[in-house]
Amino acid sequence: MLDWIRQPWPWYVAGPLIGLTVPLLLLLGNKSFGISSSLRHICAACVPAGIPFFRYDWKKEIWNLFFVTGILLGGILAAQWLSNPSPVVVNPKLAAELSGYGITNYDGLIPQQLFSWPQLMTPRGIIMMVGGGFLVGFGTRYAGGCTSGHAIMGLSNLQWPSLVATCCFMAGGFIMANLVLPYILKM
Amino acid sequence: MNTEYEVRSEHAMCVNHSELDKPLVSKIKYGVAGILFGIILVKSEVISWFRIQEMFRLQSFHMYGVIGSAVIVGIISVWLIKRFNAKTIDGELIKLEPKKFNKGQIYGGLIFGFGWAITGACPGPLFAQIGTGALAVCVTLLSAIAGTWVYGRMKDKLPH
Repeated sequence: MLDWIRQPWPWYVAGPLIGLTVPLLLLLGNKSFGISSSLRHICAACVPAGIPFFRYDWKKEIWNLFFVTGILLGGILAAQWLSNPSPVVVNPKLAAELSGYGITNYDGLIPQQLFSWPQLMTPRGIIMMVGGGFLVGFGTRYAGGCTSGHAIMGLSNLQWPSLVATCCFMAGGFIMANLVLPYILKM
Repeated sequence: MNTEYEVRSEHAMCVNHSELDKPLVSKIKYGVAGILFGIILVKSEVISWFRIQEMFRLQSFHMYGVIGSAVIVGIISVWLIKRFNAKTIDGELIKLEPKKFNKGQIYGGLIFGFGWAITGACPGPLFAQIGTGALAVCVTLLSAIAGTWVYGRMKDKLPH
């Protein structure tokens, strides 16, 4: 049993479980599923700076901060007790492309050759960690939600603006991964 | 002027629709839900930069399967909740508000897409990645918080 749990979970197990988060949060207390708003609540709580967008009672959304703290703890638990000892299996085509950029280490889900403290001293690392993170925070709020809020919660509630947003997430991702990221990875 | 609720729900999908004022201790259940969610994110490898690269290069069905089946289960669940006027465990009627379209969903959506492909993470996975020990991702998370702050600062000057 534990051996089975330690293996990577297939999509048909993980996907439905992620989908069930929607009714779970609604039934627990009328909360619509979404994660990127937590970043806004952190701004509202820590650095509101008199900006109207951050002038609201963030304590009314504190459930969201409990939820993301839980995600962090879940990550710790999964890494401590449920982790898969084998390297990450990736498509050979991707592995061939990445080896051209010197990315050859598949020990972790997050490539240490791109996302680590020493990498922060390199232009590539700064662009990917600082620049990429900024785009995630700016873009999700501009779009009014992220993968969880729009692609999962919004689509579950059949909201067409969420379908527009989801298509734009994917379009942006395809453009970046195929047309721009290769040049960043080459640095 | 705007009510506090209007400001809070502006540009946000996830809003607390509950009108009950419950003590802080009662929020622990959302922490437990988060723990389960975090474990699913890690074990399904959707927090992996490699899986996101495969998705955007059409080299694997995994992410499409995860998101697609999550949406199908979500649609059925929300339909059932509406069909039976389901109530929360505290007996409150469940509310879901329609979302208004604005151009931010296009511009912001594309910008987030760029960031998603670079970092290999959306906001949820950022927290899970840090949990798995990739502590340098704290920098990515702080930068994402900064991005959200800059959006809040510039909001009125941006096309919506």
